[in-house]
Amino acid sequence: MKKLTLPFILILLALFVISCSRAAPPESLTLVTHDSFDVSADVLQQFEKETGIKIELLKSGDAGEMLNTLILSKENPLGDVVYGIDNTFLSRAGDADLFVPYESPLLEDIPDALEMDRLHRLLPVDFGYVTLNYDVAWFAENGLEPPIDFKDLIEEPYRDLTVVENPASSSPGLAFLLATIGRFGIEGDYTYEDYWRDLKANGVMVADGWNEAYWGAFTVGSGGEGDRPIVVSYATSPVAEVYFNELDEPPTRSVNTPGNSFTQIEFVGILKGTGKENAARLLVDFLLSPTFQEDIPLHMFVYPANSTADAGELFEQWAEIPRDPVTVDPAQIAAHRETWIETWTDIMLR
Amino acid sequence: MSTKRLSALLPSPGLLALALIPLGFLTLFYFYPLFEIFKLSLFPGGRFAADGLRPLLEKTYYLRVLWFTIWQATVSTLGALALGLPAAYIFARYRFPGKSLFRALTTLPFVMPTVVVATAFTALLGPRGVLNEALMQAFGLDAPPIALQGTIWIILLAHIFYNTSVIIRMVGGFWANLDPRLGAAAATLGAGPWARFRHITAPLLLPAIIAASLLVFLFNFTSFGVILILGGPGFATLEVEIYRSAVRLFNLPVAAVLALVQMAFTLTLMAIYTRLQARLTTRLDFRPGEHTQKWPRTLGERIYVYGVLAILGVFLLSPLAALVWRSFSLGGEFGIQHYQNLFVNRTGSIFFVTPIEAVRNSLGFAAVTVLFSLLIGVSSAYLLAGNDRRKRGCLSSILDPIFMLPLGTSAVTLGFGYIVALDEPPLNLRTSLLIIPIAHTLIAFPFVLRALLPILRGMNPNLREAASSLGASPRRVLRHVDLPILARALVVGVIFAFTISMGEFGATLLISRPQFPTLPVAIYRFLGQPGLSNYGQALALSVILLLTTAVGFLAIENLRYGDIGEF
Repeated sequence: MKKLTLPFILILLALFVISCSRAAPPESLTLVTHDSFDVSADVLQQFEKETGIKIELLKSGDAGEMLNTLILSKENPLGDVVYGIDNTFLSRAGDADLFVPYESPLLEDIPDALEMDRLHRLLPVDFGYVTLNYDVAWFAENGLEPPIDFKDLIEEPYRDLTVVENPASSSPGLAFLLATIGRFGIEGDYTYEDYWRDLKANGVMVADGWNEAYWGAFTVGSGGEGDRPIVVSYATSPVAEVYFNELDEPPTRSVNTPGNSFTQIEFVGILKGTGKENAARLLVDFLLSPTFQEDIPLHMFVYPANSTADAGELFEQWAEIPRDPVTVDPAQIAAHRETWIETWTDIMLR
Repeated sequence: MSTKRLSALLPSPGLLALALIPLGFLTLFYFYPLFEIFKLSLFPGGRFAADGLRPLLEKTYYLRVLWFTIWQATVSTLGALALGLPAAYIFARYRFPGKSLFRALTTLPFVMPTVVVATAFTALLGPRGVLNEALMQAFGLDAPPIALQGTIWIILLAHIFYNTSVIIRMVGGFWANLDPRLGAAAATLGAGPWARFRHITAPLLLPAIIAASLLVFLFNFTSFGVILILGGPGFATLEVEIYRSAVRLFNLPVAAVLALVQMAFTLTLMAIYTRLQARLTTRLDFRPGEHTQKWPRTLGERIYVYGVLAILGVFLLSPLAALVWRSFSLGGEFGIQHYQNLFVNRTGSIFFVTPIEAVRNSLGFAAVTVLFSLLIGVSSAYLLAGNDRRKRGCLSSILDPIFMLPLGTSAVTLGFGYIVALDEPPLNLRTSLLIIPIAHTLIAFPFVLRALLPILRGMNPNLREAASSLGASPRRVLRHVDLPILARALVVGVIFAFTISMGEFGATLLISRPQFPTLPVAIYRFLGQPGLSNYGQALALSVILLLTTAVGFLAIENLRYGDIGEF
């Protein structure tokens, strides 16, 4: 048996080895991203054509997993440019001293509010909002007003209706926890801990990640088999629903009232020790340029950071920007992340 | 002591050469990366990270996690045995129509990504699933009577769903080679069926049963996706806690200690097993499977065979059937729209992959994994079997536990180890495509080893000696004595190596090269964004993964080599 298949397998193996070890052309850059990264093939080719620099893409898990990988490989970096460190990890990335500063000329077109790293090691590239989404049809059929505030979720009519993600394993989950921390605070009469106790008492369901919440429990995402009409997702999720299903209007809406959402900003940075700093700068400029920025909305369903970039018609029509999102200082997040997650876990799960 | 006796104690040069293959592989791709990541985690900057370890001492929580990990793995393994052994018997002793197809189907659960299995379970058992809807209608209930989500039951069910095939194939493969004339002889001496099973079959089967149970136990022991996705965040195994500590809380010291506890437990278990099995092995005359099987003739036999098949169908096949059904019916209309969408790159994405390319990539990785696993599995099996035939060799009592260690090791820790250790030439593999089949092989080769070992150990040496004394060269002995008897076990090992690679088992936290997306990677890409059509395409791709794997099984099982008939 082995004799028959061996030559075939050896050829395959040889092909694999060749494709692994083939020397990259002299001008090539490795862009490390999280798993959600996406881009049009022709947009990336445009950069390669204009500069003669070839882009190798590496995906390294979600934002948290990617940052870990980068820290572990600090002495011998995996690539040249990184896409997708977010504001909940900003401080930690800064402390780990992974990036070299670059004050790109394109920062001019990026609102100051998004620029969180004054040293310009991490440059804002896109942003979005984590907020509640609900099933429009479900609320109409059941004669209940859709939720407009975090506090609605702890009221009796909304018992057993909500699914949230575990902040210990999911980035929208963490963003939602941070939103409640920013909103209710960590001390006083009614803290975020009290809020979560009330949520638990009102039958909130905790799913491990966005996938499990949206596809497994949310009435819309699961195609009718889940039984939760409220889910923690993004303000732009309704756009994705319209876009991918070619609908006239989304089956979901997001909650955009003041104080009920959390801004997630994603950054790009040039890795220390790249050795190709000039080429890396060209790539960062390209990632911040309108060409790439206008490609972001319908690929990653977040907003472009560059204010001259147009998010497009669908976004204008269906993604309402939440008013007054909750903010939490990145340094606070870095200092307390572990305690907050532990406290949350103790309240909700143990 | 004479030189002759001394040399009997030392391993022969041939044995040493044989030892180099598996040990070299494990040293490079297992021990070295682990050593590096443990060093970095526990001794950052050369000093012991005592501070980071404080949570371990302060919280009894971790003890509860250890206890939960052990008992859920034990119960899940017993469940898989309860379902798998009766099925192993009918696959070993009976012929029935559609047998190899049915056997292929029962192994399919093994490749399914956990997220997809979760949706299939929800479709069947969820609050609005088939079962609950039917019960509510039948009894006029207002609320779904079965609420399994987020309970221990769904974890146990899923573990049984995933692992029963290991019992069916590993034990069934061995059972088929047992000579039924032994039982027949006992029957003429007046032994009833139960006495025959207790005194003859069970003791002979025990090495295979324990070997298979051990694999299943270790899979459940390091369970990750099933616990997180189906059990929900209320449950945690050691593996889950290692992941949380390392990735989410950035506490590498705690993760390292938990990973070491996990390994220590695995080693202890294996040491006990190694001692046990040495006592259990009985020399046997094996017979190739085709001489031992018959059609069910009596009514009782028919009821038994078809009854077991029906139960298997309910447990293992209904979730798969639900998946196939939903891939056609999701979104209201019944049709192939989700399959058609797979061929359209709507967003012009650079990561778009046609299903054909994804199938090709998956098969490519699986082929390399199978090759590696055969090389390492067969050499380690001969090493262990050859060694304990020499009686005094103590090598196998050390090596056997070590060969199983990768199965009981945290995939997260190993993934981090690769990033830290395999970062410089000549071993700059951390972003290489080769690292994927290498990681799969660590999990896959123990299956080849465990499938072969009971047979190699039990094989009557007289057979080989007889062949040699009749003038057969060692190669001819291998070809005409070993191979026909080992063939079935080899197929079992290959099937699992193939399956583990197709399902991307144990490859968490490897850096991926998105240019070569496999089927599971493509499935996850669709699940990453809202929109029912994305969900539909993920389901359609999952069905393609099932089909590809099933075709792969049938191809492997029907390989023929010379005059050695069906394996």
